[in-house]
Amino acid sequence: MTSTVLASGTAADRSPGSLWRYRWWFLLTLLPLLLIAGGKAGLVSNFQFLQLSLMIVYSIAVLGLILLTGFNGQISLGHGAFFAVGAYTAAVLIDQAGWPFWATLPAAALACFIAGYLFGLPALRLEGHYLALATFALAVAVPQILKYRHIEPVTKGVMGINIFKSDPPFGLPLSTDQWMFLVVFAVAVLMFWLARNLLDSRTGRALIAIRDHPMAASTMGVNVARYKTVMFGISALYTGIAGALHGIIFEFVSPDSFRFELSIAILVGAVVGGIASLPGAVIGGVFVQVIEKYADALTKKISAAVHLPLELEPWLIYGVALIVLMYAMPMGIAGGVVALWRRLKGS
Amino acid sequence: MRLPRLTLAMAGALALALTANSASAQKKYDEGASDTEIRIGNTNPYSGPASAYGQIGKTIEAFFKKVNDEGGINGRKVTFITYDDGYAPPKTIEMVRKLVEEDKVLLVFQTLGTPSNTAIHKYMNAKKVPQLFVATGASVWGKPTEFPWTMGWQPDYVTEGVIYAKHILANVKDPKIAVLMQNDDYGRDYLNGFKKGLGKDADKIVQVATYEVADPTVDSQIIALKNSGANTFFNITTPKFAAQAIKKAAEIGWKPAHYLNNVSSSVGAVMKPAGFESGQGILTAAYIKDPTDSQWAKDADMTAWNGFMDKYYPGGDKKSTFPAYGYAVTSTLVEVLKRAGDNLTRENIMKQAASLKAVEIPLLVPGIKVSTSPTDFYPIQSVRLSRFKGETFELFGDVLSNEAD
Repeated sequence: MTSTVLASGTAADRSPGSLWRYRWWFLLTLLPLLLIAGGKAGLVSNFQFLQLSLMIVYSIAVLGLILLTGFNGQISLGHGAFFAVGAYTAAVLIDQAGWPFWATLPAAALACFIAGYLFGLPALRLEGHYLALATFALAVAVPQILKYRHIEPVTKGVMGINIFKSDPPFGLPLSTDQWMFLVVFAVAVLMFWLARNLLDSRTGRALIAIRDHPMAASTMGVNVARYKTVMFGISALYTGIAGALHGIIFEFVSPDSFRFELSIAILVGAVVGGIASLPGAVIGGVFVQVIEKYADALTKKISAAVHLPLELEPWLIYGVALIVLMYAMPMGIAGGVVALWRRLKGS
Repeated sequence: MRLPRLTLAMAGALALALTANSASAQKKYDEGASDTEIRIGNTNPYSGPASAYGQIGKTIEAFFKKVNDEGGINGRKVTFITYDDGYAPPKTIEMVRKLVEEDKVLLVFQTLGTPSNTAIHKYMNAKKVPQLFVATGASVWGKPTEFPWTMGWQPDYVTEGVIYAKHILANVKDPKIAVLMQNDDYGRDYLNGFKKGLGKDADKIVQVATYEVADPTVDSQIIALKNSGANTFFNITTPKFAAQAIKKAAEIGWKPAHYLNNVSSSVGAVMKPAGFESGQGILTAAYIKDPTDSQWAKDADMTAWNGFMDKYYPGGDKKSTFPAYGYAVTSTLVEVLKRAGDNLTRENIMKQAASLKAVEIPLLVPGIKVSTSPTDFYPIQSVRLSRFKGETFELFGDVLSNEAD
């Protein structure tokens, strides 16, 4: 749902004074309410709410990377690191300082913006593959740093931090998972709305110009260095908020939650979803959660269903899905669907 | 005439109703159990750095297939649902939530790994779903007052650490001890037990090196430990790293008195990849009959296990202790479920699990039995030492327990 509202940012829909222009907002309010009603009726389990929340969380993380890579042309293999910083900021503030969970979100956002901005400074000197490698090093280093002995009183070392459930306020008749789903959904809508507005502005056009041709952009008066570093900060901010939400809904953070595989997963999500597309972020988030987490179970089920005589490796489906997707839809699923739609319309 | 007959009929009907009632009253179920089925959940590292343990999950699955083929447990078929968690605690949390909330299992069995089980410990006890016979020997699993829904199975790491320490003090002249440990509660538990066993001689530990599960190798740690001048080595590692450590130590010509923790005492998964030559003389503690040990060649349990492996798990490694471990631990669960009879509530299952009195379990080393009580949640508390010779571990000495506890 979120995807469509952002995709349709064209002037044609904006007939003023008509309720019609609010239709997407209406749908965006209706969707979670329907799901909650489903939850009340016992159709959607708490576990499924957790799954939905995780999909949304990964969507926000993938969105962060899409803003950076898809719209600004900077490659990052290290966004898992910012995800971790966000998650730990939230977890430590809740666990040690007793903050309410919602207050940790702006804190995580700020911490990650600063971290991303600072990392963006040296990143200016690095182009393409070199930047990818530098960010990759960051992704590898962060779990180790979190385990560092002298900060163990704060991070609780390798065993991680258990946070307590945040119950719904005002005695709302919701389960914790339903309540957190609503929170995550609302945050995601806000973040996607901000991202669309950012891209739809002067700043957004400058960012895209830098991606397409940095030299031409600077000739036109765009301060390439400033835009790039700020963009790194904003991208990290998005991913950091996703990380904080992940920690909160999961009620647990540990260094092993944020191994470098997470960075790769976010990148794969962005590429599969559609690297330069906001709806692609949603698809990417769903992909990260569903395929990454269930490739193993899916492989098992399929081999059982067709009575394969040989045993399949757990990650087989994941690999096959990736290869097929890259061949069939090189622009990601969002790009592929748009191309398919155009072809159908054209013929 | 009429009246007595009526009374008789009524009495008969009443009696019938009563028996019928009491029969149905005996059958009690919690979610995950029914007249025909028992659902059991599990997570195992089928991928990732500890994937050698994946054999355990596959053995359990095969074992339940055998149980079902033989008619099930008290007539009920077991549905065993197992997911890969890659030895990563966050994934364990997610998969266990799925097992409990979506697959609606009666209990969770043999979840593997100290960090993973720690991550779900509170959740399982809040949900009051049994977390039975976890595949880790950390000492925290035996706390029935705080965590009445969690129980370990294998000898706890503290006990094992104490036993090694005592053996070193009695047998190694002027020991200078190097320790390599995994940096988590599993490693720390062993080290704590080890230090406890050394007592006032704890300063004999000259160096402790750690590694992370995500590390590619432990080569540099082994070099550092050799350079510390140690003549004794306590190796607290999971299979992949154990094999690396043994191999590297041999390569650089370090020949300490080598004590390997039990969780890696697998010939197939550790000693073979490390090279049999490199592993000669390594000591470990055993409570499971090693399938490669020739003294069990004609043993009834071992014959049965071999038959099971051929029929139900033909792809399994018959030189590894892990399938033997899986066989033994699942036998224990089956015994508990049998005893629970038709009262398959979670409460009754924990009650049955906590009232095993010196139960004989197949493949346990002779003299070692499974015992629990409402205050003792440590099912196995004894081991025997064994030494690697040729291509197999050979048992020696008596059955040892940690008398301190």
